[in-house]
Amino acid sequence: MDVHEYQAKEILASHGVDIPPGTVAFSPDQAVYAATELGGSHWVVKAQIHAGARGKAGGVKLCRTYHEVQQAARDLLGKRLVTSQTGPEGKPVQRVYIEVADPFEREIYLGYVLDRKLERVRVIASKHGGMDIEEIARTAPDELLQVIVEPAVGLQQFQARELAFRLGLNIKQVARAVKTIMGAYRAFRDNDATMLEINPLVVTKDDKVLALDAKMSFDDNALFRRRNIVDMNDPSQSDPREAQAAEHSLNYIGLDGEIGCIVNGAGLAMATMDMIKHAGGSPANFLDVGGGASPERVATAFRLVLSDRRVKAVLVNIFAGINRCDWVAQGVVEAMRAEKVDVPVIVRLAGTNVEAGRKILDESGVKLTAASTLADAAQKAVAALKGA
Amino acid sequence: MSILIDEKTPILVQGITGDKGSFHAKEMIDYGSNVVAGVTPGKGGKTQHGVPVFNTVKEAVKATGATASITFVAPPFAADAIMEAADAGIRLICSITDGIPAQDMMRVKRYFLRYPKDRRPMMVGPNCAGVISPGKSMLGIMPGHIYKQGNVGLISRSGTLGYEAASQLKELGLGISTSVGIGGDPINGSSFLDHLVLFDKDPQTAAVLLIGEIGGPQEAEAAAWIKENFSKPVIGFVAGLTAPKGRRMGHAGAIISSTGDSAAEKTEIMKSYGLTVAPSPAEFGTTVAKVLGAA
Repeated sequence: MDVHEYQAKEILASHGVDIPPGTVAFSPDQAVYAATELGGSHWVVKAQIHAGARGKAGGVKLCRTYHEVQQAARDLLGKRLVTSQTGPEGKPVQRVYIEVADPFEREIYLGYVLDRKLERVRVIASKHGGMDIEEIARTAPDELLQVIVEPAVGLQQFQARELAFRLGLNIKQVARAVKTIMGAYRAFRDNDATMLEINPLVVTKDDKVLALDAKMSFDDNALFRRRNIVDMNDPSQSDPREAQAAEHSLNYIGLDGEIGCIVNGAGLAMATMDMIKHAGGSPANFLDVGGGASPERVATAFRLVLSDRRVKAVLVNIFAGINRCDWVAQGVVEAMRAEKVDVPVIVRLAGTNVEAGRKILDESGVKLTAASTLADAAQKAVAALKGA
Repeated sequence: MSILIDEKTPILVQGITGDKGSFHAKEMIDYGSNVVAGVTPGKGGKTQHGVPVFNTVKEAVKATGATASITFVAPPFAADAIMEAADAGIRLICSITDGIPAQDMMRVKRYFLRYPKDRRPMMVGPNCAGVISPGKSMLGIMPGHIYKQGNVGLISRSGTLGYEAASQLKELGLGISTSVGIGGDPINGSSFLDHLVLFDKDPQTAAVLLIGEIGGPQEAEAAAWIKENFSKPVIGFVAGLTAPKGRRMGHAGAIISSTGDSAAEKTEIMKSYGLTVAPSPAEFGTTVAKVLGAA
């Protein structure tokens, strides 16, 4: 799960990381009021969306007067912001963050990530903040500083201190950077984050170290014990179909093809998409109905897949293990009757009680094409599309 | 022979009195697995499907000599159950649980390091279908009847895609020595590599089918090792050619987040290390048959 910049900063601040004064606003008037409350002479108005690269896309505006703050908020709120990370449809801007803009001397990169290969948290820092990490890795790979955290004891002060000195900070700044590096680590660990990026972390003329931008992602598997994070969820930032799917604990990812997929198991779902492509078609979605594949879940899956108007055919591929094919077939038939499906449907059942399952499909009178193998199913789906 | 389990392996079921644990314990017993004990804290002294239930794994191991465990424990308590099994001296721990927090798995893996290598448990999963040595023993939740006994080793991250492969092989009259589901999470108990080492030494296994997916360094690491060390033919496949970058494809671990994570890249890496890559997920069976015929 992702959160907004201002939420990530709230979390960081509660763990001792210094941030510039700022307030979230939902309207231009609130934005102006926020600026008056914050004080100062310059402010940045930042669009709050779950994506980076906002600056280049016009989502961050520097303002010198209250009037400019109001204008900036008006320009951003209610719009969809398209950045290099959002895809062409962009993300809706419903909140802006008003932050006091003070000058700074240096920009640093500080990131934390769960390293899958090492199975440990990796801390990454660089003198070259303000550009994205891929760019830093490309242009100055030798200056990427890294520290691996030993899970039994957590990040140690000396590791943070070493990083701070290697970043070339003076002794006053080092003390503050150590506090920041340690605090951000605790924010990461104590909230089950999978990614935390402070970019840039800035150093001011009077030796303050401040998180100027922050991005955090959290482990979905750990949300059961992180109610504070769940409360920060902003459904407006996800694809509405994906949000709807999540409500039914279905895994759905929208793509831009024409063949809707309903499959049990994530690996088989990916393989089915691959097979459609192999047969010359293109998948409209990834959808894992899970191990159970009960009639209700299959019905919900049909509803979701058909709500995508690009879908011209549906491929159902269920490999029944514990759930039996006859039971799954019953679900497919019920779902198709209830949802008035008007595109060709190809059903491939395999596994336990497959004969009984096929018999139910044959005798149901519901209009569908049965397929025997994965290849057969994909070919029939592509053929149905071309026949339509 | 086979790897990890055979008909003699004494099995313990953690969470045997829960709905899932009870159902699958029965399935395993019916398949012929040697299930000797169950553990549910607070239910010690009872029996389930004729199997004695204990309060702790240590008691169960002491009374029955169980060496393998399968855990049906909800995500918040799963890491604890796995560490309990390790501490009781269980050699093979299979975790079915889907949804264990990554930091918990990090802690589990760190906990294992306290044991010297020869006493460190092998863990399969989490978020996997388990292990089966067809005709001998099943330590998992798969439909046993789709696996035929034979000489192909199978390692798969995905459960249902592993079923697909097993049934394609059976269709062609090919069988499996042992099938291992290593799971779809970002941090696994064991990797492709851990099981390849075992398959290398197993005389029953003539070839290995390795089914990966997007995300993580495991497939590339295994392919590099195979080139240098593995004596038997390996057939590979990586699911998720059509997966977009940055999206979690169902499995917590199936996400393209860095260079080398995509299916296309991993497929190329496999080819460059001399693996035979199945051209599509519908050709697991035929590709293995071709390789075995040529070998």
